[in-house]
Amino acid sequence: MSKYFQSIFVTVGTTSFDDLITTINEPEIVEALEILGCKKLVLQIGSGVLLSTKNLDNTSIKLETFTTKSNISNFIKVSDLVISHAGAGTCLEVLKAGKNLIVVINESLMNNHQAELAMKLSEIGCAIYCTTSGLKTALSLEKLNKLKPYESSQGIKSLVNTLDILMGNKI
Amino acid sequence: MNNKKAKTVIVLGSGGHTAEMMVVLNNLNKAFYSPRLYVVANTDKLSKEKVKQFEDSSSDHEVFEITRSREVKQRFVTAFFTTLLAFLNCFPLIWKERPDLVLCNGPGTCIPVCFAALILRWIRRIPKCKIVFIESFCRVKTLSLSGKLLKPFVDMFVVQWEDLVDEKSSYFGPIM
Repeated sequence: MSKYFQSIFVTVGTTSFDDLITTINEPEIVEALEILGCKKLVLQIGSGVLLSTKNLDNTSIKLETFTTKSNISNFIKVSDLVISHAGAGTCLEVLKAGKNLIVVINESLMNNHQAELAMKLSEIGCAIYCTTSGLKTALSLEKLNKLKPYESSQGIKSLVNTLDILMGNKI
Repeated sequence: MNNKKAKTVIVLGSGGHTAEMMVVLNNLNKAFYSPRLYVVANTDKLSKEKVKQFEDSSSDHEVFEITRSREVKQRFVTAFFTTLLAFLNCFPLIWKERPDLVLCNGPGTCIPVCFAALILRWIRRIPKCKIVFIESFCRVKTLSLSGKLLKPFVDMFVVQWEDLVDEKSSYFGPIM
């Protein structure tokens, strides 16, 4: 069954990622968002500047923008798709909420090990990762429909068992 | 059956590190891992808040503040001195408390705590103390600096992704 993406949330974290916000307003991305069925788009722009949203304004997509909020859980909960920076905390929260996730890697950050996590999440089929220039390709129904839910692993249970043995816990 | 408790030092590393540690703590048997002594960097208000939430009304815990080893973007040269200062902060603490377990997951703050525990173990002040390091969920292909530094010395070194597995590390899959 095909997924629908009426509500899309774009989040850049506490710093800025203006490249991503600019990309979202590019005609080919706006078109891709419309094809996905986007009716509402929320942009969390962090400490970045709000650039032109001219192309988005010319569509029927309802646009909402804000800088930062201490808690973005509610925005994640009501969305069908989250387009996120590579912050591990946000990525995990999105996956645990059972939402579709596209991780956009900020190439201007050097030695960014968080990109490794994005690639791993994509390798296990739970997220799509791309750079801003690859966002158009990432926004494909076919790819999004293949995404699998993130299974919270039993790793923590085995870890605690092993720790209990090491420490001699018999309770 | 005799089941002695394990006095546990928990180093909270700030941000995502603290969030990961809370997942571990939520799965531990509080009655056994008791009392719990939290070590928090003095600038880290959020971690203190998390401890408060987690411990709620329990009385078998205490929070200790130490000098932060290295602020984000702080130069490594000055970080050496702040780490030394943090080491001087926690050495008397570990000496006095004699924990059975030190539980940490990076970043900087855990280094002085672990080295204090290691030295006190070598001089047999705490001969049975175990040190456990859990590498972050974010670390997929390379270890963190704290991980690299502590790996040769700890009793259990946990990694969360397959690429990091070797004979010295324990792997249970991602814990997040």
